[in-house]
Amino acid sequence: MPAALSMRMTISKVNFFYGSKQTLFDISMGIATNKVTALIGPSGCGKSTLLRTFNRMHETVRNTRLEGEILLDGQNIFAQDVTALRRRIGMVFQRPNPFPKSIFDNVAYGLRINGSKLPIAEAVEKSLRHAALWDEVKDHLHKSAYELSGGQQQRLCIARALAVEPEVLLLDEPCSALDPISTAKIEELLVQLKDLCTITIVTHNMQQAARVSDFTAFLLIGQLIEFSPTPQLFTTPADPRTEAYITGRFG
Amino acid sequence: MSPGLRWRKFVSGFMLTMTGVCAAVAVSVLFFILGYLVYHGGTSISWNFFTKLPAPVGEAGGGMANAIVGSAKLLLLASLIGVPIGFFGAIYLAEFSGGTVAFIVRYAADLLNGVPSIVIGIFAYSLVVLPFKHFSTLAGGCALGLMMIPITLRSTEEFLRAVPGTLREGAMALGASKWKTIGTVIVPAAYRGILTAVLLAFARVAGETAPLLFTAFGNRFWSPGWNQPTASLPVMIFTYAIAPYEDWHRQAWAAGLVLLGLILVINIVARAILSRGIAVPRS
Amino acid sequence: MATSTTTVPSAGPVAGSRSFLSRIREGDEIARMITFLFAASVVLITLLLVFELWQGSVLPRHKFGFNFFRTSVWDPIFDQFGALPFIYGTLVTAGVSLLIAVPLGIGAAIFLAELAPARVSDTLEFFIDLLAAVPSVIYGLLGVFIVVPLMRQYIQPGLKHTLGFLPLFQGPAYGVGFLTAGIVLAIMVIPYIISVSREILLSVPRDQREAALSLGSTRWEATWKVVVPFARGGILGSIFLALARALGETMAVTMVIGNTPTISASLFSPGYSIAAVIANEFTEATGDLYLQSLIELGLVLFILTFILNGLARLLIVATSQKGAGMGHT
Repeated sequence: MPAALSMRMTISKVNFFYGSKQTLFDISMGIATNKVTALIGPSGCGKSTLLRTFNRMHETVRNTRLEGEILLDGQNIFAQDVTALRRRIGMVFQRPNPFPKSIFDNVAYGLRINGSKLPIAEAVEKSLRHAALWDEVKDHLHKSAYELSGGQQQRLCIARALAVEPEVLLLDEPCSALDPISTAKIEELLVQLKDLCTITIVTHNMQQAARVSDFTAFLLIGQLIEFSPTPQLFTTPADPRTEAYITGRFG
Repeated sequence: MSPGLRWRKFVSGFMLTMTGVCAAVAVSVLFFILGYLVYHGGTSISWNFFTKLPAPVGEAGGGMANAIVGSAKLLLLASLIGVPIGFFGAIYLAEFSGGTVAFIVRYAADLLNGVPSIVIGIFAYSLVVLPFKHFSTLAGGCALGLMMIPITLRSTEEFLRAVPGTLREGAMALGASKWKTIGTVIVPAAYRGILTAVLLAFARVAGETAPLLFTAFGNRFWSPGWNQPTASLPVMIFTYAIAPYEDWHRQAWAAGLVLLGLILVINIVARAILSRGIAVPRS
Repeated sequence: MATSTTTVPSAGPVAGSRSFLSRIREGDEIARMITFLFAASVVLITLLLVFELWQGSVLPRHKFGFNFFRTSVWDPIFDQFGALPFIYGTLVTAGVSLLIAVPLGIGAAIFLAELAPARVSDTLEFFIDLLAAVPSVIYGLLGVFIVVPLMRQYIQPGLKHTLGFLPLFQGPAYGVGFLTAGIVLAIMVIPYIISVSREILLSVPRDQREAALSLGSTRWEATWKVVVPFARGGILGSIFLALARALGETMAVTMVIGNTPTISASLFSPGYSIAAVIANEFTEATGDLYLQSLIELGLVLFILTFILNGLARLLIVATSQKGAGMGHT
């Protein structure tokens, strides 16, 4: 791992328990600032579980326990207020889940709750532009978000998350419910969004990880097997298990 | 933490606590009702209550024996009307019918279910009391039976539908005819839910007063047969509660305790039967 | 409590796939016909009910027409029958009951659906369902002996003292009246609001709440600004159900409303409701016009609850399907 890069988030020796069952084992890694980091691995390997600890989303489920340390900008995320933390770390979910409100109100939601430096309408436009959705919806801002197509709804969710200017954006298999064209649009978007914030994406699609990410982490049964710059992991994987996965022998 | 955030968190904690208070208030009403009934009713229950007829107005020592028997007769008749129609109707809906007919029947059942009980009383009055020209147990039983139909029908249908298709197909593959399959496989598989449905329907009409006011009407004596007006527990409670006699008030509490006790026990038993069965949809 | 279910396709094989004779022989056709008769009887009964209500109210409908609903004089001696006081009383008591029951009920439903751990939620829901099973006459009993004295001795004087400048809280404190009936009704309809709203809230997809939280919402903000609005159709449906119940409620109301056909701005005033007047006067009605006027009131009640229940069902089904269909865009 290049040491010269700055780490937006640092994960140290994280062990995660659901009830008495342990699902993450001793995970340590860094999320590099303004880069895209991908978490890959077969179903059930814990990549989504790990992602959700970054914004303490696991706390919405009862019976979960986390040991270890997660730092955002050097500060322990468990030592600060969770509501304030979650403004700084945004999340996009597997299925597009816009609120039952208008397009405008979806993006404005976070701004209205948290306050906004810019006037709301300006901030909404800015976010929609960043999500490459502005041109498609600018004349229909007050229509219901449900009138958009699946791909558009997901970009709306990205805009919604970007509106509060998070430092980190977490995406949990954001394209798995979308068609190839929408997927391509979002992948293009992610590469551009790096400059705005640090991106961490969970994906079961290896080619996607190879296309968009700078760093890739391979997880298997709750363990971090390998974590390297993407080109390196995909061409010369250090661990035989990584090689087996990326060559399609399982997963 | 910014002051804005501090305020929002305070509001959050406060409002969520308030919802807890709302839930506590709602649930505590039940215990309050039970408590009062046990307290007032418990002290008034006596052997007389169950065995004696109502005493003449103003005299102490009467009971509600006729009302208890009357209610039993009414409920028996109601079940004889409501359960077969609901049960066999549900079999038709679940096993034999096509879309449109099923829709109409279900719609009618839901409609009937939503009719205020006093209007059912008016209906039973037109149907039974008017032609016979007097109040009767028959009329009261009909009114209550009508109310049992939709509850029994819809619940039984749900439970029949919940029986897995594999069971049906298995029986058919062995050469069983449809009605044999229903009788020997499907209904037994759903029996827990059906029993629950019948019990809940029973408990529901056991407490109904309004439809009896002008069908069974009331009676201070025994009501032999089915053709005479009869006393019933709910109507007695009503009559005694609004009367000015202390003794009658006490008896009303006792009757209330008996009635509510019966209804709650049936409800609890019904739900217990259901929860010990295979996973079936809640009615 | 039975709420209607969404339609499910028929479970058995199509009956026409075997020959008619073979079905007769196996007894299936007879079974089908017999069960059909039972099912059809339900429809017949319902149609007959509507017919009887309509036919049974023919005299006042012809004599008074729509004036029946505009006149406030109810004088059996002079054959004057105006339904206005009863409609007023029914609406006022239902309105008061909703004002109390809706906030309490939705609040409790939110607690049960969003905050309480599953087992606590289920246990409390069990008790709420038992509350719904308590018969009306028992509520009436408690109303007469507990609520009415409380109202007369403490609550009504208290309200008069603090808010007596409002016409709502003026007049003598009898204990019985619109307010008392409204309070008793509120207790009776709360379980319906709680039960249905809780189920609806539980059916809202998890990721709606998570999305709100991930944007930096507090738990209350996520619940109130996202989850509840998502469920608003179903919650409204539960309110309609509660309203339908409140409108048709007879015994408890008649025991605490005062049974006087009055229209008054004061909530302390005794009044009357449609169901209560039918209950009290049906057996004493002399003459066809009197009786049929009461039946016409029954018809009114029927129509009102029919509309409300229909709307409620539509809303509830539509909202649960919205929840189930989320994400399949």
